[in-house]
Amino acid sequence: MAKTLGPVRNEFSPWTDSDAVPFISFQNVTKRFGDFTAVDDLSLDIYEREFFALLGPSGCGKTTMMRMLAGFDAPTSGSVSLDGTDLTGTPPYRRPVNMMFQSYALFPHMSVEQNIAFGLKQERVPNAEVKARVEEMLSLVKLEAFARRKPHQLSGGQRQRVALARSLAKRPKVLLLDEPLGALDKKLREETQFELMDLQERLGTTFMIVTHDQEEAMTVANRIAVMDKGRIVQIATPAEIYEQPSSRYIADFIGDINLMEGRLTAFSEAGATMQCAGMGPKPEQTLTVQIECDTTGTLSPGDAGWFAMRPEKVRLSQEVPDGIDPANPVNAVEGTIYDIAYLGNVSVYHVKINDGFIIRATQTNATRLVERPLSWEDKVWLYWGADAGILLAS
Amino acid sequence: MNALKRIFGARFVLIGVPYLWLLALFFIPFLIVLKISFSEPAISIPPYSPKLDVSNGLVAFWQQVREFGFENYVFLFEEPLFYRSYLSSLIIAGIATLMTLLIGYPMAYAMARAPRSWRAILLMLVILPFWTSFLIRVYAWIGILKKEGLLNQALLAIGVISEPLTILNTNAAVYIGIVYSYLPFLVLPLYASLERMDDSLLEAAQDLGCTQLKAFWTITFPISLPGVAAGCFLVFIPAVGEFVIPDLLGGSETLMIGRTLWVEFFNNRDWPVASAVAVILLLILVVPIALFQNAQARAEEKVL
Repeated sequence: MAKTLGPVRNEFSPWTDSDAVPFISFQNVTKRFGDFTAVDDLSLDIYEREFFALLGPSGCGKTTMMRMLAGFDAPTSGSVSLDGTDLTGTPPYRRPVNMMFQSYALFPHMSVEQNIAFGLKQERVPNAEVKARVEEMLSLVKLEAFARRKPHQLSGGQRQRVALARSLAKRPKVLLLDEPLGALDKKLREETQFELMDLQERLGTTFMIVTHDQEEAMTVANRIAVMDKGRIVQIATPAEIYEQPSSRYIADFIGDINLMEGRLTAFSEAGATMQCAGMGPKPEQTLTVQIECDTTGTLSPGDAGWFAMRPEKVRLSQEVPDGIDPANPVNAVEGTIYDIAYLGNVSVYHVKINDGFIIRATQTNATRLVERPLSWEDKVWLYWGADAGILLAS
Repeated sequence: MNALKRIFGARFVLIGVPYLWLLALFFIPFLIVLKISFSEPAISIPPYSPKLDVSNGLVAFWQQVREFGFENYVFLFEEPLFYRSYLSSLIIAGIATLMTLLIGYPMAYAMARAPRSWRAILLMLVILPFWTSFLIRVYAWIGILKKEGLLNQALLAIGVISEPLTILNTNAAVYIGIVYSYLPFLVLPLYASLERMDDSLLEAAQDLGCTQLKAFWTITFPISLPGVAAGCFLVFIPAVGEFVIPDLLGGSETLMIGRTLWVEFFNNRDWPVASAVAVILLLILVVPIALFQNAQARAEEKVL
């Protein structure tokens, strides 16, 4: 039996529980704008207290999904329900859902506290309670000192916090975040990601985030749905998406990956053996790759398949690695260093193997290197374990 | 040398040109009008005295200046015609501005909400009347509003009225004229401020529990207020001093300061009183606007 990902500590995974009742449910939802199909017959369940991310390139339909939940767009067909209630026909102002807009959409003629109080005032919450809630929200986002400022007198990061406080003030059942950190610089964005996670954990509100930034989705979310052309390509935890992408599209979209095409030659209990033409130690030789995987899938010996391996799982050595027969290597190949990208924490080596194919290998720079042991044009061996990569059918 | 270069540098020219324009075409003429308003009418060319002349030496010049007096202003306050004209002008302009706003706001709003591809055409349609002379357009309204005019004929034909309405030469015709003539001045700045507004603000308002109507009153309208103010000023100010519209469309009961000034200037040939009328009119308009702008600037500062 092939290895699956190990159990996560402090596990929160209602999606694996067949008895769990979905909190948000999209059922066969299609949304067309004229000829353009933004969302194509899509079904999706999200559970209470989840931090769920919709990830995809622009135009993939992720924002449309969010807008249908908020009530700004109505599905062409299918239904959206929340907490057991079908939302079809419910206008946005009656949905227990609040949204943090990409542009923040702060009301420019109102102060920070008026912005935060806005939603509560619409509900005719008593003044004393509004005041208390505004103060609570201000302290939640650490903006007590800025209560009387107008939005144009705040920095980008502060505006983002006001928008967050405003969308949380009504204690919505679901908070929708539309590219919430897109306008912030990298450092602030990373900080804010952790704050968002912390906040979500403390409040226990279900969060749904739409983003095109995979790092952001990986950092904050419990589960990610990767979307492309109006369909969901994969729904899984960040670790699963990264380590077990379901297709080459996902593998390539999330992070960096080496993709090698080959022909499957043998299946066994432990996994599959694949031969990659032209990548062996000599041009006429094939590269033999053994992959630990579940062989009950769609592939069978004789089929073409893809071996996908993350660069950080490839090891580098100047000598022939232990247990490798240089004449007929398995899960190892010799090549020449073609390019080195020094990124500070890691270095990425682009190693050219004999037919010109480039395999990327990442090495952690654990010590301060004054003189690098490896340089351009050096001959190196690349090798990896049988569990380093996965087999993809498409 | 350096300082001279700086002063006569490109920046100075750039800032200087509009100031020069204001100085030559607004401030100096205003000073001349102000000067005439302190003079006395006389049967001469030009028809007032004293005429300032420096060619006889400064002593003579000072003698002339000492002849200046406030009689014309005193006269304006004693003669009910004038203050009634001012008051009536302000009321007519105020009501007309309000009417223009009531018609212009929905127009500007509809334009700003129209599909992007339509907006240029709609904008063109608003500007289009400017391609014809203002005078001709006001004359055209005579043809529409008179007893046997197009409006009465149309209304008679469809049987809404049995007797032709008397609209021409009443205040109603003046209101129609002002609203029609100045509508673009209100629509354009208002459209600019509405069009700039981010649609997501309205979505945010709805998301937070507002109906669309409420979102309009709590978000769109307050944000468009600077545009409303700009548009209203652009209508109100010229409407107060309007002469052509009350003269062509108004009747004998239409009392407007522009017309009073015209009569004073051309029929009575009393340039000094006419000048005093103009100076007071300017004060009536400039002082409240300056106060308003000052208050707005202070309100902005207070937030900081």
